[in-house]
Amino acid sequence: MSHFLTYNVLTATVASAIAYSSYFLLAALGETVGQRSGVLNLGVDGIMLIGAFGCYYVALETGNDWLGVLVGMGIGVVLGLLTAFMSVTLKAQQGISGIGVFIFGLGLSDLLFVRFVGTPLPVSPLPNVAIPLLSKIPAVGRMFFHQSLLVYLAFLLVPAISFVLYHTNYGTKVLAVGENPAAADSLGISVTRIRYSTVLFGSMMAGLAGATLLLLDGIFQEDLTQSAGFIAVALVYFGAWRPAGVMSGSLVYGIVTAVVLQWKSLGIIPTSAADLAATAPAIVTILALVVVAGRYKAPTELGKPYVRGA
Amino acid sequence: MKNEMKEGGSKMRSKSLKYRWLVPLVTVVALVSTVLVTAAPANATPKKTLKVALVAPSAVNDLAFTQSMVAALNGLKKSYNLKISITDNEFVVADAANVIRSYAKKGYNLVIAHGSQYGSTLQQLAPKFPKVSFAWGTAGSTFNEPNIYAYEAESNEGGYVQGYMAGMLSKSHTIGVIGPIDVGDAQLYCDGFKAGVLAEDPTATVHESFTGSFSDVTLMSSAAKAYVADGADVLTGSSQSVVGAIGVAKTSSVAWFGTQWDQSTLAPAEVVSSQVYNWKPVLEQIFTGIRAGKLGGATYDISLGNNGEKIAFNPSYPLPANVKAQAQKLIGEIVDGSLTVAQ
Repeated sequence: MSHFLTYNVLTATVASAIAYSSYFLLAALGETVGQRSGVLNLGVDGIMLIGAFGCYYVALETGNDWLGVLVGMGIGVVLGLLTAFMSVTLKAQQGISGIGVFIFGLGLSDLLFVRFVGTPLPVSPLPNVAIPLLSKIPAVGRMFFHQSLLVYLAFLLVPAISFVLYHTNYGTKVLAVGENPAAADSLGISVTRIRYSTVLFGSMMAGLAGATLLLLDGIFQEDLTQSAGFIAVALVYFGAWRPAGVMSGSLVYGIVTAVVLQWKSLGIIPTSAADLAATAPAIVTILALVVVAGRYKAPTELGKPYVRGA
Repeated sequence: MKNEMKEGGSKMRSKSLKYRWLVPLVTVVALVSTVLVTAAPANATPKKTLKVALVAPSAVNDLAFTQSMVAALNGLKKSYNLKISITDNEFVVADAANVIRSYAKKGYNLVIAHGSQYGSTLQQLAPKFPKVSFAWGTAGSTFNEPNIYAYEAESNEGGYVQGYMAGMLSKSHTIGVIGPIDVGDAQLYCDGFKAGVLAEDPTATVHESFTGSFSDVTLMSSAAKAYVADGADVLTGSSQSVVGAIGVAKTSSVAWFGTQWDQSTLAPAEVVSSQVYNWKPVLEQIFTGIRAGKLGGATYDISLGNNGEKIAFNPSYPLPANVKAQAQKLIGEIVDGSLTVAQ
């Protein structure tokens, strides 16, 4: 325990927690927007996986991480089109079609990795950027203001998406489509167009989340996300479909993940209990979900395809 | 009657005289054959092809465990007349079991299950295919099966040498050791490395952890980050999953010691040296045994002493001369037996 309570380890643990939170947050924010419009996308994890592989492969071949990030987001958009086509146009059962996208992503990313790479050669992780002045604050600076640009982006998107959802015409339409698509339709709002846009945005965010995860360590491996996409979907419920709430959930998950990894590495958690300890983040999230989510109401039309006149 | 016998006797004598010229011919042929056989080199290519299958957990170019075995097999391909088939990336034991069974059914002479995790699979399969030879490692047990070979790497030896060097190089006196699962050569290496550090610097803090996975690159990376955060300035690790940890060593500019394969290409400025496996001594004994009809029941190992292991110093790393000299002295002592590294 004494090792864990040193200044260096504590600050590094919190800094890791912030970094771990970022990819959950990006995926969950995208899913939040989609769910607010009434579309449940359970394919987030699969999109993250293919986005991460796309980012990895491009970064490995070109040495350009940012090009990899763009490719990851582009893959997200393409898979978003597929998801939206199934969920919105074909009106498929959203849970099942999402699981299909997940399985597709899991299998394809592994296949491409084995076929085109094989050995998980590292790419350069994104460098940490120190925020002037703020990064000089003792302890706090190292924990919060010495992160990669994608981590900052994830947290900056929280107020940005809140603003769009609650203070813009487009956000009002999204919320209306999620709560009462028939009424929105009667007002001339295209439910299909709104839902396509939110699903595309959410999937692009999932691809970005995969790229962010990849560039934390600069390594790809089979099932890199280890169900992070499903955790992100759970965090949307945890956060009661509000960006700020989703951020809180992501931070809780990130902190527990970082602490468990740190304790395992430093021998505070014995090897025999390591597997049990690894489940801690999920258990904490589920408990928090039970406590928090039950108090809030989901978007009324969540998961229901819209059929005019039905 | 006597005359008939006489006639018969003279006929036989005349026949034997008739073929008398065959005697020197047969003698010459026998002599030439003997000379040819005895003069042939001991490693002459056997005529019968030995069909060898390798089932490995990671990629053939993993810069670690699998690549070391693939290189050794390919190196012996001609001299032992091998037909080699390889299935890699079989981290999932159940999938690997199907592949191993499939090779055995296809009549391969030897199926190498290259991973400590495959032991129970071989224990179940070997009795069902008594004419097929199986080999697995790193491990010490053949399960008393007559058609299972086991092989081990005395990685504690190179681990000790590199640990001693780490102790000399570390300025923070804090060193991180990361293993996958505490079995086989991974366990031996980590134990040896730790012993080497403490032999040189008894006051050093040596963090050691096992991720519980041979394949999880990110867990190994996370452990490396934790150690660097705690002040470690030297790291090492074993298994195919070290690439992430090497990445951490690279971005944090801390020294890295490799094992199983030369890992200097992954971080030329940080990798000090690597313990490189060469499985040829093990494979040669197994191939010779199979050709002699012995399908298993023995355990072989590679070590610094039989050239199955060597320490490859990274020429790009500015290693102080005294550290390198000490390492070479320790290697010499291990090879000549004056230093024994405990297991």
